[in-house]
Amino acid sequence: MAASLSQALYATFTSPASKPSASPISLPSIKIPTFSPLTVKPLSSTFTPNVARAITLTPHATSTPSSIPSDTSTTTFHGHCYVVGDNIDTDQIIPAEYLTLVPSNPAEYEQLGSYALIGLPSSYATRFIEPNETKTKYSVVIGGANFGCGSSREHAPVALGAAGAKAVVAESYARIFFRNSVATGEVYPIESEVRICEECRTGDVVTVDLGESLLINHTTGKEYKLKPIGDAGPVIEAGGIFAYARKTGMIPSQ
Amino acid sequence: MASSLVSPSPTSSFISNKKDLGFSAFPSTSQVAIRKWKKQVSKKIVSVMAPQQSERKPATTGSVKTGMTMTEKILARASEKPQLSPGDNVWVNVDILMTHDVCGPGSIGIFKKEFGENAKVWDREKIVIIPDHYIFTSDERANRNVDILRDFCMEENIKYFYDIKDLSNFKANPDYKGVCHVALAQEGHCRPGEVLLGTDSHTCTAGAFGQFATGIGNTDAGFVLGTGKLLLKVPPTLRFVMDGEMPHYLLAKDLILQIIGEISVAGATYKSMEFVGTTVESLNMEERMTLCNMVVEAGGKNGVVPPDSTTFKYLEDKTSVPYEPVYSDAQASFLSEYRFDISKLEPLVAKPHSPDNRALARECKDVKIDRVYIGSCTGGKTEDFLAAAKVFLASGKKVKVPTFLVPATQKVWVDIYTLPVPGSGGKTCSQIFEEAGCDTPASPSCGACLGGPKDTYARMNEPKVCVSTTNRNFPGRMGHKEGQIYLASPYTAAASALTGYVTDPREFLQ
Repeated sequence: MAASLSQALYATFTSPASKPSASPISLPSIKIPTFSPLTVKPLSSTFTPNVARAITLTPHATSTPSSIPSDTSTTTFHGHCYVVGDNIDTDQIIPAEYLTLVPSNPAEYEQLGSYALIGLPSSYATRFIEPNETKTKYSVVIGGANFGCGSSREHAPVALGAAGAKAVVAESYARIFFRNSVATGEVYPIESEVRICEECRTGDVVTVDLGESLLINHTTGKEYKLKPIGDAGPVIEAGGIFAYARKTGMIPSQ
Repeated sequence: MASSLVSPSPTSSFISNKKDLGFSAFPSTSQVAIRKWKKQVSKKIVSVMAPQQSERKPATTGSVKTGMTMTEKILARASEKPQLSPGDNVWVNVDILMTHDVCGPGSIGIFKKEFGENAKVWDREKIVIIPDHYIFTSDERANRNVDILRDFCMEENIKYFYDIKDLSNFKANPDYKGVCHVALAQEGHCRPGEVLLGTDSHTCTAGAFGQFATGIGNTDAGFVLGTGKLLLKVPPTLRFVMDGEMPHYLLAKDLILQIIGEISVAGATYKSMEFVGTTVESLNMEERMTLCNMVVEAGGKNGVVPPDSTTFKYLEDKTSVPYEPVYSDAQASFLSEYRFDISKLEPLVAKPHSPDNRALARECKDVKIDRVYIGSCTGGKTEDFLAAAKVFLASGKKVKVPTFLVPATQKVWVDIYTLPVPGSGGKTCSQIFEEAGCDTPASPSCGACLGGPKDTYARMNEPKVCVSTTNRNFPGRMGHKEGQIYLASPYTAAASALTGYVTDPREFLQ
């Protein structure tokens, strides 16, 4: 993730060195993390990987987990937001004709990013990625209910992340999109407590503060409470499940 | 006529949402089925009717105090735990991992990156790789992706790879099947009590066999390729009780559109959907597959139908692998229960641009359409084409709009050309389709259900209005962003083809 920071034109990403880490927030909601360290046994004792040797750590095209602090509680994103409605399905995030691009191939990863949200109807006059651009100038996507429904294509969170988006803030998520976002570490799928999509406009300047679980809209001066990202936060911050598992010693790193 | 007897709105009147968690409507036939099954194959039955008994505490002896749903039981066995509750996160042993040409290359890429270029998969016989999405296209990257699958399957000696090499004639490829979810069933990879994961959201189709089946992403699939395990959260179960005789003008597609319309496209998010009742028991396997196929359109994690004699009969000549069906306990707790009297239901459609935008087919009779599409994992099975043929046969008329037919698999294609349609005097579906003026059945694949490359057969390259037996009608799903898709049953699709408007099939089915 750190490697891509300079690419998001208007975004800043601050994650100060960790203070003694806040204990993981546990959530009453059944929707949040599928990844709970409390129930995860070390993989090294659970599995017998069919690999004779450990391999180089390259979790995904843009991450350098070793340089990232582990404390999600102080992570903030600042930049412009792009606002969409309810039920934004993965065909709108990345239409099927672009699925021939393979996300694990670095060149095609970048290409996927250039098509992010290209499937939105033409009623979205302001496009997520402007013509002749390959990256977005919006670091935060704000959506309504059921963001990422439909196809299980992992290309969807990958396209958003590759385009330069850092976080999606939506009222709720479809299950597979949420999980793919965490597994890849491409974007933070954060839930809002109210329908922020009704009150923010594309282009507003926002700050997402994961530690305080707040979204601040500087353009309107309003603040909104977010639901805590919980145990999924450190996984995304590390750059996905493999990077997280290596970092925490669940699987051997080298 | 039946339509005059019921209210114009498909809501409220024949549904009651009971929150009574302890309700039990365990079908008595299931017990009979299990006993029969024990005799036939299985030597060790771990948790057919109750959790493992070995670790029980004194307080629970004598009877099962905490019942489990089917889904909970399947996951309990797969995670080697005696008891599970919704919300538990458990490492699950995967019985089958399925991937295809769209997500396979990415999953393989992650597997190699994380486990090593020369790493071996966890079990070469438990991975099923099915090219099906972008096959009959000149798109070079799409063709390359099938090559990546082939190279991987050669390297890893994958036992079940349904390859296609000669794109000009699918029949020259005996191994080629077509749409993965239908092929999985036809090739015997769907078995009661097992865990099947696939890199496709419609993997939930296999729940029709009483197994846990759900869609996952590339990264999770890469993990499963290396370890055979995945961390899953146990979902709570919603129970849908469908009783009553199924009217002859309805198909399972109408039932699932009714349910999605009732609970919305997010109504089952993170949840399991269990389908029971006399109507469900009367459905054949392909119809049960349609029901489970679209649970993801309600956000569902998985769908399940209790296995019964219909299931066992279907499996008889398809698999020799022993399997152990499981059933929800009478004391199992369900998040909520929905009841439907199917005898009162009318043919439905989902209007653009959401699968929960439910309407009665007859309410949309003024919607002029440009084309009809019959195909996909949802509506491109043998029974779907037999149903469409039945309507064409009953009408004796010709279609008024282009009607595209895309069999899901090679087997379905053969059935279209060989199986006699009941009541036709021995005609096959293909003959009836030809007489009705439909397009010639195309090569089996996912086709235009999800748009795909520009040269995909029947892709909506212009903003047309289409009645389709597929599963999604989001903007751009079949190609053009301004295209309008009405999701419907094969009956309703065929009836609409005959009139050029969205049409209730009762106009032709007496």
